[in-house]
Amino acid sequence: MRKTLWFMSMLIVVSLALAACGGGAPSGGGETVTVVETVIVEVTSSAPVVVAPTGFGVTLEAVKARGNLICGVNSQVPGFGYIDANGDFSGFDVDYCRALAAAIFGDASKVEFRPVTAAERFTALQSGEIDILSRNTTWSLVRDTELGGNFVHTTFYDGQGMMVPADSGITTLADLAGGTICVQTGTTTELNLADVMAAEGISYTPAVFEDADSTFAAYAENRCDAVTTDKSGLVSRRTVLADPSAHVILDVTMSREPLGPMVRHGDDQWFDIAQWTVFAMIVGEEFGITSANVDSIKTSATAPEVLRLLGNEGDMGLKLGLDNDWAYNIIKLVGNYEEVYNRNLGPDTPTYIPRGLNSLYTDGGLLYAPPVR
Amino acid sequence: MQESAKQKATIPFWRDERILNILGQVVFIIVLLFLASLIYQNMKTGLAKQGITLSYNFLSGIAGFDISETFLEYSRTSSYWQAYQVGLLNTLSVSIVGVIASTIFGVILGVSRLSTNFLINRLAAFYLELIRNLSLLVFLIFWYLGVFLKLPRVREAVIWPGDIFLTNRGVGIPWGLPTDSYPTFRLILLIGIILSFIVFFSLRAYSNRTGQAPLTTLWTSLTFIITGVVGWLILPEKPLFFESPVIEGLNMSGGKVLSPEFMALTSGLVLYTSAFIGEVVRSGILSVSKGQVEAAHALGLNSFQTLRLIVFPQALRVIVPPLTSQYLNLIKNSSLAIAVGYPDLFYISNTIQNQTGRAVEMISMVMLTYLIFSLITSVFMNWYNQRIKLVER
Repeated sequence: MRKTLWFMSMLIVVSLALAACGGGAPSGGGETVTVVETVIVEVTSSAPVVVAPTGFGVTLEAVKARGNLICGVNSQVPGFGYIDANGDFSGFDVDYCRALAAAIFGDASKVEFRPVTAAERFTALQSGEIDILSRNTTWSLVRDTELGGNFVHTTFYDGQGMMVPADSGITTLADLAGGTICVQTGTTTELNLADVMAAEGISYTPAVFEDADSTFAAYAENRCDAVTTDKSGLVSRRTVLADPSAHVILDVTMSREPLGPMVRHGDDQWFDIAQWTVFAMIVGEEFGITSANVDSIKTSATAPEVLRLLGNEGDMGLKLGLDNDWAYNIIKLVGNYEEVYNRNLGPDTPTYIPRGLNSLYTDGGLLYAPPVR
Repeated sequence: MQESAKQKATIPFWRDERILNILGQVVFIIVLLFLASLIYQNMKTGLAKQGITLSYNFLSGIAGFDISETFLEYSRTSSYWQAYQVGLLNTLSVSIVGVIASTIFGVILGVSRLSTNFLINRLAAFYLELIRNLSLLVFLIFWYLGVFLKLPRVREAVIWPGDIFLTNRGVGIPWGLPTDSYPTFRLILLIGIILSFIVFFSLRAYSNRTGQAPLTTLWTSLTFIITGVVGWLILPEKPLFFESPVIEGLNMSGGKVLSPEFMALTSGLVLYTSAFIGEVVRSGILSVSKGQVEAAHALGLNSFQTLRLIVFPQALRVIVPPLTSQYLNLIKNSSLAIAVGYPDLFYISNTIQNQTGRAVEMISMVMLTYLIFSLITSVFMNWYNQRIKLVER
């Protein structure tokens, strides 16, 4: 109370530049005191506007100080980001977060997963609520620039597809003329749909929903003749429909959808760490280093690049601002690209997606990592 | 300090309550402005650090997305600003339909709740208690997923008399298409409005002159309706051609198709708000003391006259202020459209925000728009409230 009175009188002095005597607070201003007091409460509640840490090295420092990584993920797409039967987050994008945590802390469990919707993900990243966004997000020019983010690397090459009920007899986009198509808001999918249908001159009605759950719930209720999203998303969501076999994915690819993690503008070190985490997993697959054999390879390897990757030779990890066994930890604790892929999207999972473009360049795919040197 | 000693006769300004009061307010305003600018600067530096600058120029960019329900000409090449206007009109249409329907339904509920008929009274009470204690969001989702999406598929549409098609793609109703004689009919309707104004003012003048209370509203509206009906009948070609919806391909065409999203949103909002309006109406009627009714009967007024001339005008004064806040609630609650996928103002601005990353700009625009909607509504309702207050003599 004393302090408040003092603060208030100081404010009066300063703001009005009055030559009041230094005697102290006016005695008769009881009313004024209460009013200003309310304002002071306001100051404390609204002043700390969170400004996201930017600048070289700031993010890693903040993450280390906090003791865990905060990762913005999806919670509605099985195989990519989903809450499994045990209540744990699982999926391809989720495992990437674990790999990043393994690289930083040597402990894949030091991640806090924060589910974000498509509509709120960029704001969450911009405002610093999450350290990294790993949520099947399509790399596009606008997102790379205006939305204040940098795409780390494509972790999954995808394309937009269309799913229809098997008994509908629809086989091409043209069959959908006059129909209704369910789509999720705030996605590149929504824009591609408008693009493709306009280009092909097909009239349709969009039914737009806020998240994947409501989009597919409406589709399941036959609100729409078709539902569109990335093909991986269709495969994954089909597994949670009442009768997966009653739905077919049309043999059309409506767009290129390179999906990958995204970081904020302004911290190049953090960008490098995030990017090399992806590369370490790809290089791991290329050299056949798995979580099962990484220990024996670490002791027996002779190939110089493998030695550099696993930290036996050189100081690659230190250059990134990490420990030298960063890549060893990623592969040991989470696995290489192939392991992560097969765990979440492999033939033994309900969300099986053939690797296709997501194979190593040596197998005709697009996965190609720069040399570790 | 020496100065005050000289002017002993006058009160020093720091003890003068009048000056202190003004001073207090000035300080308050200055502090407020200071804080506002602090917050604004903070936001600006925060955004600048992320390389984002505040600007509304993006609104002229190409939207690139399609919208399911539009009252305006809109396509993917329209601008974000046009998309915003589409959302604005959608919100307005839901609000207007909602306000009118919930008022009618709410008055019926409120009166039923006071009915001496046990069944009507209890049913209304049950309805009011049930609806008022539900969450509106849950209620809307129930109407959407539980009712309108559960309707039969297009090919198995249920057709109600009057060619009302019930399907899970929407409710199709016949819709009037203007024919060649429509402009003439519009002219007749205009004449009807003028005639009813004449009736209104002459009846009021009669009432002022004689002290009688003629049924002004009834005669005024009857004049208009009769002119309309007569006009409809005498025109050789009917001014509107009613087209029924038909099932064509994957969807309905022709007539007017009300989407499940629109139906779920409006029915949810109307049924929810009408429960509150019902209570407002009931409390208004109950606020008129029994003595007033007894006095009216003693003066020889019959029940209808008592209701119309004594109870209703007095009840209205109690009803209007809370009714205004129910209207405001309805307008603001329409932003829950996002839960059922109806492209209203909030939903579309959310999409725009998400495609452009302009969060601060879009949120500020949406807040301003809802504020304007609400202020217009309350200005109108306050004006009405003032008017009915003057009934006192």
